[in-house]
Amino acid sequence: MALYPKPAEGSWTSHYPDVGTGFVSYEDSISPEFYADEREAVFKRAWLNVGRVEELPRPGSYFTKELEVAGTSLIVVRDKQGEVRAFHNICRHRGNKLVWQDYPREEVSGTVRQFTCKYHGWRYGLDGACTFVQQESEFFDLDKNAYGLVPVHCDVWAGFVFVNLAKEPPQSLREFLGPMITPLEGYPFDRMTERYDFRADIDCNWKIFLDAFQEYYHVPFLHPQEATPAARDKMTGFEAPHYQLDGPHRMVTADGVPRRLWPDDFQYPIEIATRSGLFGPWDEPDLGADLPGTNPGKVKNWAIDNFQIFPNLEILVWASGWYLTYRFWPTSHNTHRFEGTLFFPKAETASQRAAQECAAVMFKEFALQDAGTLAGTQEGLESRAAGDEFPLSDQELLVRHFHHAVGTWVEDYRRSREARTTSTGV
Amino acid sequence: MSSLLPADFADLEPFAGTWCLPTEPERWARRMASTMAEMEPFYRAAFPRIRDALAYCDKFPLDDMPDQPRHLLELVHSVIMVAMCVEVWHQPKVIDSGAAELHRIGEPLP
Repeated sequence: MALYPKPAEGSWTSHYPDVGTGFVSYEDSISPEFYADEREAVFKRAWLNVGRVEELPRPGSYFTKELEVAGTSLIVVRDKQGEVRAFHNICRHRGNKLVWQDYPREEVSGTVRQFTCKYHGWRYGLDGACTFVQQESEFFDLDKNAYGLVPVHCDVWAGFVFVNLAKEPPQSLREFLGPMITPLEGYPFDRMTERYDFRADIDCNWKIFLDAFQEYYHVPFLHPQEATPAARDKMTGFEAPHYQLDGPHRMVTADGVPRRLWPDDFQYPIEIATRSGLFGPWDEPDLGADLPGTNPGKVKNWAIDNFQIFPNLEILVWASGWYLTYRFWPTSHNTHRFEGTLFFPKAETASQRAAQECAAVMFKEFALQDAGTLAGTQEGLESRAAGDEFPLSDQELLVRHFHHAVGTWVEDYRRSREARTTSTGV
Repeated sequence: MSSLLPADFADLEPFAGTWCLPTEPERWARRMASTMAEMEPFYRAAFPRIRDALAYCDKFPLDDMPDQPRHLLELVHSVIMVAMCVEVWHQPKVIDSGAAELHRIGEPLP
């Protein structure tokens, strides 16, 4: 096919020699031992996106985040000075979960002046300080100042709230995000205030599902119905005009003519009726000509940037004026929780609302195909019947790079653990 | 009994009791509990009215809609849901979705 020029090296993959072109192991997605190390090496050391600033509109706004992968629950709160902070969601008195409602494992959100433990009534300020101990005089040598909530490193970039569970993160959030991601800070994420939030418990390793959202090679085959019957024959394969890697992060750009300009028989009737569809509403908001950080490959007819931010966040920016995020939270070596959110500018009219609804409905239809299929992938891999040498094409560079990046982090962790063990003589 | 929908859309009133559902989880549940034979007449009647319905609803502020246009917008949302079955899959369930479930847990209303 070769619709687009490849880099001088002959392929996108060989343009990035670190990832190699060899067969790829999927042991990282089926091994409980690998998962145990991945939890420590990746999820307790990388910056993790847990939400958006719009979820914390005013001082006292908070939400809790269950992080099974790190074996903890967090409180993320906007303090009185307006700063976003994160704490382990644990009362310092006797370890009770501090903030929850009805079911301790369910996430909650709201607005408070302070946090009060349900168990013995200890209270904490929005800055985490312990402000009240019930019958304080009954305690022995208790210094309340030393019994504040346990803080977690927390920082905000482009309105995305990140936490880092390491004692001392080796890099600041901005250093971690690096030069490919940080320019997106100028994108008007804050104008996209209409959210459609989805959640699913998926029966496969988090990386297996994430893989399905960082390559489009599968689209004509797993999702033939994304094209109408008239258009289906035209959807013979997929090539991306631009791939880019930076540190553990990666991105792919897709191009194309805006959907509203496609012939009528290439649209489902509901898409014409609502002027919307899987590619989003056809009537584009005016976001200005300059969208910093987007289309780094300067691709003509830019349609999508799919940024994969290590380890488990995708930000997908549509040239047509909306964006979505996916997060993949492991719950075991072969299950995870998927969180997807579609963000649009505020709908002012019923027509705009219906256009957003159509996009949100079609997103779910096709994501369900991925979810249904990948449970089967997990089973297939776990059988180990097909060996462990999987060939990946040039259009699957991001898949290759992702597993390489996770593998590198886990190897680094294993090496430093070994070094510690050796040096202490254990 | 007063009608759910504006008088201009009285022809859709027979479907209103079933399909005027405010949230996606309700519309999804209704779709999955319905047969194609139940959904097709609704689609045939309501699909051609989408543009008129939205033009009618557009006359009201989205954040302060009276009940009748709000019901009408909910009905349009149900047509979108049912269109997936009629136009795309030709069955209620997403093809190849297996046992997977994906829950919409937050959405703007209406």
